[in-house]
Amino acid sequence: MDTARRSLISLAILLAGWQGLVWVTQVEPFILPGPWLVALSLAGHLELIGGHAVTTLVEIILGLVLGSAFGVFSAISLSWFPNVRRWLLPLLVVTQAIPVFALAPVLVLWLGYGMASKVMMASLIIFFPVTAAFLDGLRRTEPGWLDLARTMTAGTASSGRWAMLRHIRIPAALPALASGLRVAAAVAPIGAVVGEWVGSSAGLGYLMLHANGRMQIDLLFAALFVLALMAVAIYFTLDWLLRRLLPWQPDSLAND
Amino acid sequence: MPAQTFDNSTDPAIGIALRGGALAFDGRPVFEDLDLDIPAGRTTCLLGTSGVGKSSLLRLIAGISPEATARRLVASDGGPIAGRIAYMDQRDLLLPWLSVLDNVTLGARLRGEAAEQPRALALLRQVGLADEAGALPSALSGGMRQRAALARTLMEDRAVVLMDEPFSAVDALTRLRLQDLAAELLVGRTILLVTHDPLEALRLGHRILVLRGDPAHLSEPLEPAGAVPRRADDPALHGLAATILHDLAA
Repeated sequence: MDTARRSLISLAILLAGWQGLVWVTQVEPFILPGPWLVALSLAGHLELIGGHAVTTLVEIILGLVLGSAFGVFSAISLSWFPNVRRWLLPLLVVTQAIPVFALAPVLVLWLGYGMASKVMMASLIIFFPVTAAFLDGLRRTEPGWLDLARTMTAGTASSGRWAMLRHIRIPAALPALASGLRVAAAVAPIGAVVGEWVGSSAGLGYLMLHANGRMQIDLLFAALFVLALMAVAIYFTLDWLLRRLLPWQPDSLAND
Repeated sequence: MPAQTFDNSTDPAIGIALRGGALAFDGRPVFEDLDLDIPAGRTTCLLGTSGVGKSSLLRLIAGISPEATARRLVASDGGPIAGRIAYMDQRDLLLPWLSVLDNVTLGARLRGEAAEQPRALALLRQVGLADEAGALPSALSGGMRQRAALARTLMEDRAVVLMDEPFSAVDALTRLRLQDLAAELLVGRTILLVTHDPLEALRLGHRILVLRGDPAHLSEPLEPAGAVPRRADDPALHGLAATILHDLAA
């Protein structure tokens, strides 16, 4: 596969540059360990890192599911009720001015050191991109399709509004929702890890903070590497899934 | 109000009478106090240049124009118009996520009725798309897409069919074929066809009206001789087309 080979080459160049930097500057390993040292640490702490990775992975996935569900629900509500849109949408935009990270200590205070506060953190951070993208899609339905649907449902008992939402507006907005979900997949790990930094006893964020405090920078980097790997895997899995589910969506970049 | 049902296949053709149609943009009238009669079971063609308000007039009758208004808009049998018209646009308006077959049965799905698949497949066969029933619209050519849209229009089986420049987005030869196909399949229905192509109006129209002026008004109806669809190479048609073009430019 061409994309995979290109990614591997880019990664190899990055690792070589990193190792080169370490050799040239002779920097202490507790400031910046080389990739080889990190790899050794990863191999040595596989079980430890794996355990914490599972915790973080579960937090990310639960956060994604929960945040996306809320986002989809609120986008449909906002599009269905004009009054809700008029009152809540400005409020929703204003709440985005509050850095969600600043809420992390409060969430830990309210929901405890366990998983709930991290799941909530991840949900909160992806809620808005999903809502905004989906609502945008619901708003931009091709007017011709709606006109056609109006002539088809005119004179029948039902208003046709629900039928239009279900059969035209929502399917037409799915590519926009997919864009929102891709953003969500990219930022959800940030939410989970920040939640872990603020207060936890498990997860990669906790492990990184712990390793940092004990000058085990190689372990910190190993955990970071696994976190990045996980985030990339989540993104590409979701991207692949969305492409499979929306085969009718044209991709004009595909053949470039 | 009791729910009314119409069985259009046995319903006699209905005409439509519009009185006092009006449309204004930014306070400037596009047309006002306009009267239009669409006779039952015949094809009325409405010709006009861009921006003269002919599409708005059609959309007013279709009930999808938020801007244009009418003092009175009724069917010739005194019944309502809503629910008795099928609409076909210049764009095929096929939903890209539905197969051709599912697009043809869209109306039933929107109304919560069971889709009559055998009839839809028969219609697709009539428009020459039997093999494309399961394909997505993106796999079809422009002419095929417009034929699918024609099948969807026929599937609605309404007494009145409103067509807004339905064949203007395809090449000349495909357009002629589509005109023949539409004339064949829509025979006996009340049709309002909006077009900017005089030859198309002359091929398909029992009755031709020209909308022009500022504010726009309708010309005296022109009723060319002969059964529709008229032959595209008829020299008499080309003579008339030249006259109409002259009228449009005046």
